[in-house]
Amino acid sequence: MKEIVVISGKGGTGKTSFSSSFAYLEGQNAVVCDCDVDAANMHLLLDADFSQKDDFMSGEIAVIEPTSCTNCGDCFDVCRFDAISKEDDFHIVDKISCEGCNYCFKVCEHQAITMQIQKAGDIFVSNIKNGSKMLHAKLGFAAENSGKLVAKVKTEAKILALKSDREYVITDGSPGIGCPVISSLSGASIVVLVTEVSVSGLHDLKRVYELTKGFNLPCVCIINKYDLNKKVLKDMEEFLSYEGIEVVARIPYDETFTKAMSIAKPIVEFDSSSQLAQTITRTWNIIKERIEK
Amino acid sequence: MKITIASGKGGTGKTTLSTNLSSYLTTLGKKVVLADLDVEEPNSSLFLDTKLKEENIAYKMIPNWVSDDCTLCGECAEVCNFNAIIDLPDEIKVYSQLCHSCYACSELCPTSSLPMREMPMGKISLFDANGFDLIEGRLNLGEEMAVSLISQTIEFVDKNYDGYIKLLDAPPGTSCPVIEASRFSDFVVLVTESTPFGLNDLKLAVETMKVLHQNYGVVINRYGIGDDGVEKYCQDEKIPIITKIQNDKEIAKLYSGGELLYEKIPHFKNSLDEIIAFFEEQI
Repeated sequence: MKEIVVISGKGGTGKTSFSSSFAYLEGQNAVVCDCDVDAANMHLLLDADFSQKDDFMSGEIAVIEPTSCTNCGDCFDVCRFDAISKEDDFHIVDKISCEGCNYCFKVCEHQAITMQIQKAGDIFVSNIKNGSKMLHAKLGFAAENSGKLVAKVKTEAKILALKSDREYVITDGSPGIGCPVISSLSGASIVVLVTEVSVSGLHDLKRVYELTKGFNLPCVCIINKYDLNKKVLKDMEEFLSYEGIEVVARIPYDETFTKAMSIAKPIVEFDSSSQLAQTITRTWNIIKERIEK
Repeated sequence: MKITIASGKGGTGKTTLSTNLSSYLTTLGKKVVLADLDVEEPNSSLFLDTKLKEENIAYKMIPNWVSDDCTLCGECAEVCNFNAIIDLPDEIKVYSQLCHSCYACSELCPTSSLPMREMPMGKISLFDANGFDLIEGRLNLGEEMAVSLISQTIEFVDKNYDGYIKLLDAPPGTSCPVIEASRFSDFVVLVTESTPFGLNDLKLAVETMKVLHQNYGVVINRYGIGDDGVEKYCQDEKIPIITKIQNDKEIAKLYSGGELLYEKIPHFKNSLDEIIAFFEEQI
């Protein structure tokens, strides 16, 4: 079982359009995994049915029992997150600010504080339209621990792939370079960097590649909207060639991306005979070859 | 006035809007400061004519084991709720990336063997940009504590720019970094695009704003290319649509090369005027 992780650093580069197309092409041979737990989209393109739902419990917050609280203020004094404030007769915890560090609980001499584990989101297993299965999640509103949720989604996807003897896990990573991305990358067989030709696309590509390099993972790159700016494209190609990253596809600016998205279809399903769809199919085959190598 | 420019989905035009709006407001004689809070991938400076004026290292506090008086009692590892401390038979190991800087281990240590020390986590830079100041938070690679750097960057802005219009360019998503970038603002502008992705992520962002009891409105970008889902949703939910920015390949081209748009694209400038009019009405 091999895992392909698609990431981009910058949002809106076409990451999900590509990964959903790969998933669609590979059909039952791949389990799909959406690691953008913060703003997941892949379920829209693959018609996920949300057939199984589990709570994701993670992280704690402090809760003060007003009747036991003597208003001594010890908890207030130790909290570094300004999460505790004083009411008339007792102290209260602001749920959003509380980091769950346990410090107030430790110092409270009146046993007025308990640490309560929180539901941080939902994890879904869905049937998708190509007959395969997909793991995805929804982080709770204002919840933390997105990195841990990503790790959980990935683990579940891999277990499912191993159990049902699938050859691939196709993972749509999250944007940025922070904890969810770091979690997305772990254990990848190959990383597909999706970028777009723009000054910000290049900037974010460099940052996210630096991160990937630290994991020592093989990388290939898809350049989207390559025809928007010659100079930026040249800089981008120079950077990639210097780092020894193979460019597996150069895709022109094409409104088909948005059109396909608007009727909730991966590009290869939307118009399979188009040149764009054929390029994506070819790209997927190249990526698979690179894993075998 | 402090306004956060946010979005659930990435790549919808947050940075385009905040850089152009800052620059345009400056030409209208307003006192503006722009803060780039997308500390994982800060991009604003790429679209502006910047000159670095000041650079400050941002630190986080982490415990530093001093073995002298340590009895290896293990209290520190026991108290840490983030598994950032491990007590081994002959030493205490601190995993700084996992540390949330709560000070519990340090202050509860019976022998004071874990004094806190500063560790660099990123930078807060001040640029002179097109006649206004740009404050950029930039997280070091591999560092996970974006929220702390975002809050330090906002603190810097609050301290130094009293009486300015403060525009905060937020990171994408709906989780802790966005919350930190939004919770203390007067208003949050949610930038979205008129596609099912845009709508899905807008709904998530709206839920987050509701949890925060925030005032918010929507800017629809790339209007005309997708469907009318976003517009209908906003109407049903009575969310103000501040402006609609027409889909335009010329915008994509100028953006690609890192150029500002309002001087070259009249309909884009009209949208900025609509945003400004909206806020003047709010005040």
